[in-house]
Amino acid sequence: MTDTPLLHYTLRLADTALILGHRLSEWVGHSPVIEEDLAFGNMGLDLIGQARSLYSYAGEIEGKGRDEDALAYLRDAGDYRNILLVEQPNGDFATTMVRQLLYAAFAHPYFETLTHSSDATLAAVAAKAAKEMAYHLRHSAEWTIRLGDGTDESHARAQAAVDELWPYTGEMFECDEIERALVEAGVAVDPATLRARWDKTISEVLSEATLSRPDNGYMQSGGRVGRHSEHLGHILSELQFLQRAYPGATW
Amino acid sequence: MYTQALNSQDSAAHTAKEDPQAEARFQARIDAEEKIEPNDWMPAAYRRTLTRQIAQHAHSEIVGMLPEGNWITRAPSLKRKAALLAKVQDEGGHGAYLYAAAETLGTSREEMEDQLLSGAAKYSSIFNYPTLSWADIGIIGWLVDGAAIMNQIPLCRCSYGPYARAMVRVCKEESFHQRQGYEIMLALCKGTPAQKAMAQEALDRWWWPVLMMFGPPDKDSQHTESAMRWKIKRFTNDELRQKFIDATIPQGHFLGLTFPDPALKFNDTTGHWDYGDIDWVEFKQVVAGNGPCNRQRMAQRRAAHEAGGWVREAANAYARKRQQRAAMSIAAE
Ligand SMILES: [Fe+2]
Ligand SMILES: [Fe+2]
Repeated sequence: MTDTPLLHYTLRLADTALILGHRLSEWVGHSPVIEEDLAFGNMGLDLIGQARSLYSYAGEIEGKGRDEDALAYLRDAGDYRNILLVEQPNGDFATTMVRQLLYAAFAHPYFETLTHSSDATLAAVAAKAAKEMAYHLRHSAEWTIRLGDGTDESHARAQAAVDELWPYTGEMFECDEIERALVEAGVAVDPATLRARWDKTISEVLSEATLSRPDNGYMQSGGRVGRHSEHLGHILSELQFLQRAYPGATW
Repeated sequence: MYTQALNSQDSAAHTAKEDPQAEARFQARIDAEEKIEPNDWMPAAYRRTLTRQIAQHAHSEIVGMLPEGNWITRAPSLKRKAALLAKVQDEGGHGAYLYAAAETLGTSREEMEDQLLSGAAKYSSIFNYPTLSWADIGIIGWLVDGAAIMNQIPLCRCSYGPYARAMVRVCKEESFHQRQGYEIMLALCKGTPAQKAMAQEALDRWWWPVLMMFGPPDKDSQHTESAMRWKIKRFTNDELRQKFIDATIPQGHFLGLTFPDPALKFNDTTGHWDYGDIDWVEFKQVVAGNGPCNRQRMAQRRAAHEAGGWVREAANAYARKRQQRAAMSIAAE
């Protein structure tokens, strides 16, 4: 694919939002309490809403007539650019909440910073997303603390989730040459500048949760350039089923 | 409907001894269309009947999340995906809201949930049917939410205040769901031949089960009299069913769909649609637990409840620790 950096970048943001929104939507109807069904619904809707705005913009940038659905439903896994963290399976409630915490602690300051983008559309999407991610961060941090400092079982599950997901956190802070040019143009955010804030948020939450913070060992990477885990193909086979089975239909 | 509970006999209703004067005052208030509030005196049978009805309604909302939730991950466009996710979330909200209304009558949500999971409490028969195609999501919005509205609009005037107020809020959202469902059907019926066939096939499967939502025919419905007198119910099952059919048939014809009932015919004399015989054997079997998905739905609810046990325990343990720490820090001052 010969995408422009802006298209590539916008799709990274859109795909990450969609895949995480899709994952959260899997919980609705199956949560430990009704209130969490509602919360997963809220967070899923926020993320799918972010994805829709970003896909529409990506379609405009591309200028080939692809709309949000063509981009979401008719690209295969190799063309998806979401980070690996968000495609990881929901696992138990602790895994989902810790995944949400690790992402939201990054996405909240990220979108806050992106509101200053020289790209007006991205800045507008970011303004809404920043407010939404503040809620995701608060909600997932509260639950991580409850689980970590709850019972022996919840503590063990929460710690296992942190350990399991930690190797996927490094990818959030990567900045390749595609993004570097956009950072220099004032369009994109340099994620490295958010590292200290993320570290602080995560350390505070984990410490209040009585959970230990893993060492930064070898980090998994590749989602942003289309090299995914096995999980994404299964997500897409569900997500894209109807569009693939009935090509060209309008729903 | 979501409140098929009213059709089962409350054996205790006839044996309880109530203060006749209090009961007469109570009935006079109801006759004057006054609302009964949680702390007001009420006959034990009224409390029991309402608790059962509201709990059943709440259970229906919660179990009803499952058949539609089955398509959230497969919705055919991002707009439909967001709308369906929001709808299923609304139903969860209705459940929570209704449990809270039922709790005002003195039964805790945990007790009601246990009754659902043990199989002691019922939920609407309709949610024991499978959602096999995307068109089923359209059908559920159009017909299942549509039937729910037909039943719930009169409940907005129910004599019990908290339930009536809950219904006002719920009805607004249900009519939004119904419009969305109809819009899904419209898109399918204007779509490719395969989509139109999908819509017709779904209507063929759902039509009769939807008519069963209103409960048994009046001649076999035992429980209507006291519910009517207490203004919990204002129309009989058959009256509501007929209203629903009369409203729905033109909508279906507008879509270009055929209802799977050869006896369906507009009656010029009565001004209503005549319809064929409903298979009450099937209805009884579904209510008794033998529908296509009864076991699956209950297994899903139980699995969610059991898998969430450690989460609820953790939340309680954490809340206790916080209280203790707060108490200790006050004591240390
Ligand atoms: Fe509802
Ligand atoms: Fe509804």
